[in-house]
Amino acid sequence: MLITCPFCGLRDAAEFTYRGDAAPVRPAADAGEAAFFDYVYLRDNPAGPIREHWFHRAGCHGWVTVTRDTRTHAIESVVPVEATVAAEAVVAAEAAVAVEAEGGAR
Amino acid sequence: MSGYRLSAGGTLVDPATRLSFRFDDKAYQGLAGDSLASALLAGGVSLFGRSFKYHRRRGLFAAGPEEPNALVELRGGARREPNLKAPVVELYDGLEAWSQNRWPSLTFDLMAVNGLLDKLFVAGFYYKTFKWPSSFWEKLYEPLIRRAAGLGRLSGEPDPDSYETATAHADLLVVGSGPAGLLAARTAARAGRRVILVERDARLGGSLLTTRRTIDGQPGAAWAAAVEAELAAAPHVRILRRTTVFGTYDGGQFGALERVADHLPVPPPHCPRQRAWTLVAGEAIVAAGAIERPIVFPGNDLPGVMLAGALRHYAVGYGAAAGRAVTLFTANDSGWHAAADLIASGVTVAAVIDPRADVAPALTAAVAAGSGRALAGARLRRALGGKALEAIDVDLPGGGSDRIATDALGVSGNWQPDIQLATHRGDRPVWSDAHAAFTAGKLPPGIRLAGAAAGTFRLADIFAAGGTEAAVDLEGAALTPFWHVGGSKGAGKAFVDFQHDVTDADVALAAREGYVSVEHLKRYTTLGMATDQGRTANLNGLAILAELTGRTIPQTGITTMRPPVEPVAIGALAGHHRAMAFRPRRLPPIHMVAVEREAQMIEVGPWWRAQWFPLPHETDWQQSVDREVTTVRKAVGVCDMSTLGKIEVFGPDAAAFLTRLCANSVMKLAVGRCAYFLMLREDGYAYDDGTVARLGPERFVMTCSTAHAAKVYEQVEYARQVLFPEMDVVVQSATEQWAQLALAGPRARDVLARIVDPGFDLSGAAFPPVACAETTVLGGVRARLFRLTFSGELAFEIAVPARRGADLMRRLLIAGQDFGIVPYGTEAVGAMRIEKGHPVGSEINGQTSAHMLGLGAFAERKHDCIGRVLAARPYLTDPARGRLVGLKPVDRAARLRAGAHLLPKGPDATAAHDQGWITSVAHSPTLGCWIGLGFLAHGDKRHAEIVRAYDPVRGGDVEVEVVAPCFVDPEGNRARA
Ligand SMILES: [Zn+2]
Repeated sequence: MLITCPFCGLRDAAEFTYRGDAAPVRPAADAGEAAFFDYVYLRDNPAGPIREHWFHRAGCHGWVTVTRDTRTHAIESVVPVEATVAAEAVVAAEAAVAVEAEGGAR
Repeated sequence: MSGYRLSAGGTLVDPATRLSFRFDDKAYQGLAGDSLASALLAGGVSLFGRSFKYHRRRGLFAAGPEEPNALVELRGGARREPNLKAPVVELYDGLEAWSQNRWPSLTFDLMAVNGLLDKLFVAGFYYKTFKWPSSFWEKLYEPLIRRAAGLGRLSGEPDPDSYETATAHADLLVVGSGPAGLLAARTAARAGRRVILVERDARLGGSLLTTRRTIDGQPGAAWAAAVEAELAAAPHVRILRRTTVFGTYDGGQFGALERVADHLPVPPPHCPRQRAWTLVAGEAIVAAGAIERPIVFPGNDLPGVMLAGALRHYAVGYGAAAGRAVTLFTANDSGWHAAADLIASGVTVAAVIDPRADVAPALTAAVAAGSGRALAGARLRRALGGKALEAIDVDLPGGGSDRIATDALGVSGNWQPDIQLATHRGDRPVWSDAHAAFTAGKLPPGIRLAGAAAGTFRLADIFAAGGTEAAVDLEGAALTPFWHVGGSKGAGKAFVDFQHDVTDADVALAAREGYVSVEHLKRYTTLGMATDQGRTANLNGLAILAELTGRTIPQTGITTMRPPVEPVAIGALAGHHRAMAFRPRRLPPIHMVAVEREAQMIEVGPWWRAQWFPLPHETDWQQSVDREVTTVRKAVGVCDMSTLGKIEVFGPDAAAFLTRLCANSVMKLAVGRCAYFLMLREDGYAYDDGTVARLGPERFVMTCSTAHAAKVYEQVEYARQVLFPEMDVVVQSATEQWAQLALAGPRARDVLARIVDPGFDLSGAAFPPVACAETTVLGGVRARLFRLTFSGELAFEIAVPARRGADLMRRLLIAGQDFGIVPYGTEAVGAMRIEKGHPVGSEINGQTSAHMLGLGAFAERKHDCIGRVLAARPYLTDPARGRLVGLKPVDRAARLRAGAHLLPKGPDATAAHDQGWITSVAHSPTLGCWIGLGFLAHGDKRHAEIVRAYDPVRGGDVEVEVVAPCFVDPEGNRARA
């Protein structure tokens, strides 16, 4: 398997360490035990595309988000985790703007 | 069956070069170019092996790795290798091989009595027979099965040969060098592409070498040789011979095994026996050919019954005839072409039987011209013989039957395209009525099939697709699906899987008992589960099951095909990674000092560390370790700690960041001070511990355990990049950059004073416990000093750039000479940390919580840190789960062992009374007895109590006294000296 590191280019998967599903987001410190329990233990197991965290251990030491199809191992995209975080922020901001706009229209 | 060598010779053998070899300790002669199978066949051998279950006599059946019967052990001594298929073993002078699965000899096998018990050995016999009573299993059933089963024997000695792994890249990978493969490789090479052409056999040409086909008027083998010469001269073309592509993997990767020296008695010096390739290709063309499917009929396992294509292969390629009066039973045109080739090679063909009435006249004419009987519309009813095939009973076209004497029968149902490599990534084959076979359905990206593997059987069609040649041999490929001649009473067994002795009756029984899924059929009857993976058996089993259950073959389904296509030795995949080269060994900076002092070395994670430093008069490791511990406690010692993980953390948010990572607060740590820390996992369990030193307001260096260094660094990077990206902090692993030595003992300060550059005040007031500072040593060498102790003595850790580590070690040993300084190793470190009750990996093993370690206060914090929330769960804080305790044997001479269970005195030693376990033990020279650490339910409240250390595995049962985990200087006065 080959992974295109956004920093280093096309590399053998053996250079990377797999961590797991990128979807769970660490809860706020005061979110309580149930929220942390879900964060630590509950995972979806999709047959299809999944976003995962991989570490480029034998390369740039960057954590990257790999979108991989669990049925074929085909990799759709590899982006730095910062970009993921930023993209989520953009999505959230856009949603907020949309809600605001909707509220304004109402 | 009475094989012999044809005077016409063969395309692959050199009649001028004779080779001597032995089979079952009897001498034979073969020709250069022979396979073991062809040489034995030409030498008149008909019995090649015994079947797995009934120990029936079996002869050579096929011409390739699909061979189910002719399995041999090759070579003697440490090089003995079992389960090799005789058709793919290349003959060399002096070869020695033995048949398998027979006792005491191949011709007289006592286990053949199993054949008389066939009512017992039916489908599912393991499940039915060896069911009860369960107490019989271990003593009776299993030894019985083990003696009866087992194909071949391993040598039991280390393999004396070497293996290697290699990687190669190409634009196009071509698998198979038959006509389709050669055409594909030639086209790509002419277009200037980088090509890897892989051929399983020693020579290129595939079927062209063992059939009498012509291309542009020349023999197929000559055409193949011309293409080979062109490819060999082309730039960017790599040809791998004797190489099997065994698997298709993600990302255009293929696994291949090159048998570099298997055709030689012993590999030449510095030559590996085998090489495991990772081939990475933009595209691949799989031209792996097709495997002939036999027909199931009574008596079909008699020696002398073979695949029709195999008869042709041995006659044309090796000049080896299987018999004096050959017959063929075919349901497709290829059987007739085989007959014509046999006749042209000088073999007497007595008859060709074909259930199809409408066989092309050109095919029958060739047989009739050779004075054989061309029996279109006839059916073979059964084969007869004693030790080997003697005759066949045939139902004639117009009615009536005939018994035809024959000593070799070639069978051809039809051909199954070899599509395995196209299905390894999960794509399902599809059934083709036109081919009466499975063909590839959706192909994985980048993979195409060509030639017979694509279902293109006619040479002319292959050339039409990829060649420029004008005149190509015309060959028919018509067929009618024909699977099975049902047995009548007394007709004899009809075998589907020869190697596992699965008959048509077994398939029927499985169907009757409800095993109508093809996956269940396979597991219940073991059909297709032998070393040949049922290459010649699976399709027939499937067809018979379909017939019995009234379904079509596609409705019945096909079992999944997984890599490897052929067995691959684990040694080949390991390559050079065995014994001391199993994985890279990392040497710490002081390694040469350890070597000079003849230290005993030990593997710790990836590192090679000094375990102890023996003196010449010491005879026992315990003597050396006790001396090292005593010297540190009474005088001074120096130890290498360079392998500890070192992570530097910088930035305005460095303190806040470390506070999130560690269970104890780093935020309050003063500049110039160190602290012990415990890291938790987010699930609340303890992960690792170490020390963190604050070198500046925004500058920290943390150490973690040797074994966890890589994982902890990864976790720290995860926290920085993923969990807390808003924090302004940078982290950097510095494990390799710094050598770090521990200098410990009452005289440590006196020794250190001699190497620290003037001006640095080492006094207790200026440099108290847990202080840290940056300074210089040895006349200007940059250094970091830490007043940290793991031994409990007055101690310092000195870090210098890695390249100065060995120098620092030598200089400390000189500086401390008059104090009696010793170097000490990991064993002494371990003994002293147990004396002080410091937990390490045996205690922080992923199952223990901060509360169990006696560090509960660490986890009960107000501010956020990883693991804080879930560490508060009742199960993790429950004192009944155990608390860290120290343990001393009541009988001070008794030995403790890690892993022993802790039980209260009195009740039975059962799991119900289990209260904990011993995690680490050491002999303490300071206390003069064995001591241990362990976890004991409510242990912190049970000091002075006597409990049992029960160790049934090693026969230990010792009374131990529960004490505080710290055995030596619990007040910590020595460290403060
Ligand atoms: Zn990278």
